Amino acid sequence: MGVNLPMKVANSHRNAFTRIAQAIILRQAIESLETSNVTIVLGKGRPRMDAETKTDDKQAEATLQIRRACADDIDYVIALDERITGLAKPNYWRDVIERYGQRRLEQRVFFVAESDQHPKSILGYVVGEVRAWEFGSGPCGWVIALSVDPDARLQHIGERLFEAITEEFRRNGVGTLRTMVARDNPLHMTFFRSEGMMAGPYIQLEKSIGMPAKNTTER
Amino acid sequence: MKLQIASRLAIYALLDLAAHPDRQVSVAEIGEKYGISTHHLAKVMHTLGRSNLVRAVRGAGGGYQFSGNAKRTTLLDIVQLFESFAQEEDEQSGIGGDTETNRALRQVLDEIDDIARATLGSITIATMLKLIDAHRLHDSNDVAMAAPNA
Repeated sequence: MGVNLPMKVANSHRNAFTRIAQAIILRQAIESLETSNVTIVLGKGRPRMDAETKTDDKQAEATLQIRRACADDIDYVIALDERITGLAKPNYWRDVIERYGQRRLEQRVFFVAESDQHPKSILGYVVGEVRAWEFGSGPCGWVIALSVDPDARLQHIGERLFEAITEEFRRNGVGTLRTMVARDNPLHMTFFRSEGMMAGPYIQLEKSIGMPAKNTTER
Repeated sequence: MKLQIASRLAIYALLDLAAHPDRQVSVAEIGEKYGISTHHLAKVMHTLGRSNLVRAVRGAGGGYQFSGNAKRTTLLDIVQLFESFAQEEDEQSGIGGDTETNRALRQVLDEIDDIARATLGSITIATMLKLIDAHRLHDSNDVAMAAPNA
């Protein structure tokens, strides 16, 4: 449901309708990433989550296993990322699975959400890492990627992935979670806000130093 | 960032109503809680009603009830019912003209506006209610720590 602006207000706010309409369209996808209560059961480096049967939303929660990604998952992750971003990055993801799925696992996290009904059906993933002393910052857990299959929305998968990586970082002694979100991506921004994330003590700065990299092929 | 009074009143009222969506709350009750003139608040509620964020309930025990979607309505949606951002106002006034100085200043001010807009546009009423709960828990923990034997 959207917000109907009175005409008098719309006349005095020329771009308000456009912005609100865009925001509402994007927010209709937000619930793919929204919250639920889950119990996280952590085994030996292989977290598992038992979802409570919470029914406050009309859509049922997916029956999922959240587990560490393995090499066999990577083609599914590449396909899911390509569906969402429109850009295939096989080399990037093969590098990610090597670095985040196999080495220094006490600091690095690559979890996938797998459907219990359809094994090998990867419905989402989250990637992160504990980093310390960069930019003068003490240890904190960075979430560097979090995506959910657009067809598996409204099942709280994003929140379960977020909870899983949070718990993993906490288990490794980290007390702060950090991520970076595009300002013009209200879907992601609203999700992380709904998980309690606020602006941190750093501001990201950048400067153009030449021709922008083309965004159509993997580098 | 400073919000206009009408925007703040609207946010206060919507958060109160959304926290208890089954309850009807009168303008007088909200006004008393926040020390707001009921006359001013009534105009704000009228605008919120026209935007389908609240509905008026008539009769004894009547008042207003939240009728929006707390997970989809952001602070930006609410604020933009009552005010716009500085960029539009400057464009309308024509202050500064098309000079390099003005464009440079505009670039900096736009950066601030963009961040403010992105922040307000990413915080829903549901997220605000969670934030309020977190403050409430923090306050009660402070009280418990101040009086450990109470």
